[in-house]
Amino acid sequence: MSAQLRRGIVAGIADGLARIGAHGLFLLQILAALPASLRHYRETVRQIWFTGAMSLVIIMTCGLFVGMVLGLQLYYVLSIFGGTAALGTVVSLSLYRELGPVVTALLFAGRAGTSITAEIGLMRATDQLAAMEMMAVDPIAYVAAPRFLAGIVAMPLLACVFNALGIFGAHLVGVSWLGLDNGTFWSNMTSSVDVWTDVINGVWKSVAFGAVVALIAVFQGYTTAPTSEGVAYATTRTVVFSSIVVLAIDFVMTAFLM
Amino acid sequence: MQVRGLRTVLGRKTIFDGVDLDIPRGKVTAVMGPSGCGKTTLLRHLTGQRRPDAGSIRIDGMDVTGLSRQALFELRERIGYLFQNSALLTDYDVFENVAFPLRQHLRLPEEIIRNIVLTKLEAVGLRGAAGLMASELSGGMMRRVALARAIIRDPMLILYDEPFVGLDPIALNQVLRLIRTLNDTLGVTSILVAHEFSAVARVADLVYLLAGGKIVAHGPPQALRDDPSPWTRQFFGGEADGPVPFQYPARDYAADLGFAADHPSAPSAAARQAAATTRAAEPRA
Repeated sequence: MSAQLRRGIVAGIADGLARIGAHGLFLLQILAALPASLRHYRETVRQIWFTGAMSLVIIMTCGLFVGMVLGLQLYYVLSIFGGTAALGTVVSLSLYRELGPVVTALLFAGRAGTSITAEIGLMRATDQLAAMEMMAVDPIAYVAAPRFLAGIVAMPLLACVFNALGIFGAHLVGVSWLGLDNGTFWSNMTSSVDVWTDVINGVWKSVAFGAVVALIAVFQGYTTAPTSEGVAYATTRTVVFSSIVVLAIDFVMTAFLM
Repeated sequence: MQVRGLRTVLGRKTIFDGVDLDIPRGKVTAVMGPSGCGKTTLLRHLTGQRRPDAGSIRIDGMDVTGLSRQALFELRERIGYLFQNSALLTDYDVFENVAFPLRQHLRLPEEIIRNIVLTKLEAVGLRGAAGLMASELSGGMMRRVALARAIIRDPMLILYDEPFVGLDPIALNQVLRLIRTLNDTLGVTSILVAHEFSAVARVADLVYLLAGGKIVAHGPPQALRDDPSPWTRQFFGGEADGPVPFQYPARDYAADLGFAADHPSAPSAAARQAAATTRAAEPRA
């Protein structure tokens, strides 16, 4: 291995660690500002509406199609073994434990994360954050913390909606289209899905994903270079970093929650 | 306000090299200077947005350079700051922009907030625009809304960062009149940084000329206009070259083009001869 390549790898690792450290310090700043941000609860509610309610269309549409695809694919695989009766069970477990939280988080990063980054980045570029500082208003408490909280609240709710639409999609394909018995579909699902180990663990995952995506989105916006190019790069980094971190955390959490 | 021995270095460039300022209470003081001389950086130092490398800044007896974030915020509650680009909150309408500092710091009944905001908007002539969004305003109107927001809590000090940039003559006159009127009626201290001497001369009591990292001249506008120093003559006369050079510092021009014999990238004598021969042999268009 050449010295230049080694130096490049070391610099890459150092840069990655520095980024993680910077996100960690920013998270501490947000946590310290949380009590002050509770005064701005209206802003938090507005952000929950903006990141949550405004993401409903894409989450519902994607949830429906993911469920329909799952229904088709799993019906085909299960029919090989003569086990199509387990369609409801397999679809719901896939959605609750993995696909629901992960796909919702990826969609959330693309829809809400980018808009949070772009909004805060433009506030930085147009001196709105500096103006708040000059009016003795802490932008971390007024801008960053409400969006962070909104991500934590909105993500699990969106994941639940995604799961519901996914199961509905699978039901449409499996029962209404392919002729699987309706009672079999639901009874197998309810008998094999455990609320605590399957549903609640999925909710915990989506809470963690919401926190991570919101933290990355807010951090990228807050620290963006105040130029058009800077905002463009920041929004791209939000999607890239969020996707990688969500999948990595998913692996770690799955290993612990299994 | 008193500034002593201010020194700031950004990268390899020295922005301030021992700047001293005395800002009299209740007057309009202008800080002028060529682009890039550090006028906005000076305002950032005065408000604690950026700490200098050395020197002291005393406002109302407090040294801004040593204040904690909490103490800085308490000081800023008594300071109004007009940003060059107005920096209005784009999610809010004019009324909410002006009401923003009140809502954040005081728990007042809605009726009182409404009255205070409308009073300030009336002072800047925009009471009728209270319901408009920031994106619906012209540059001059945005500047006036930002001014109403800056004075909403009756500050002791107002800082104006390039308040005349991009304004048409009507808006310029409106802003000039507002600065003078607000200063006289509210009894505040005003500091403005600007390039436009004709505008500054109409409103300022005292002018500091900042160039080359130092204060090179100061005094009342009329006295400064007649000052014989090369700095003031170049700045107020609008001369393209002088103590503030036309050329950004660079290495030797001939060497940059590769003509100096001692430059490493300069072509050898033989190569120059060959190039000249080639050029002579080429057909003219």
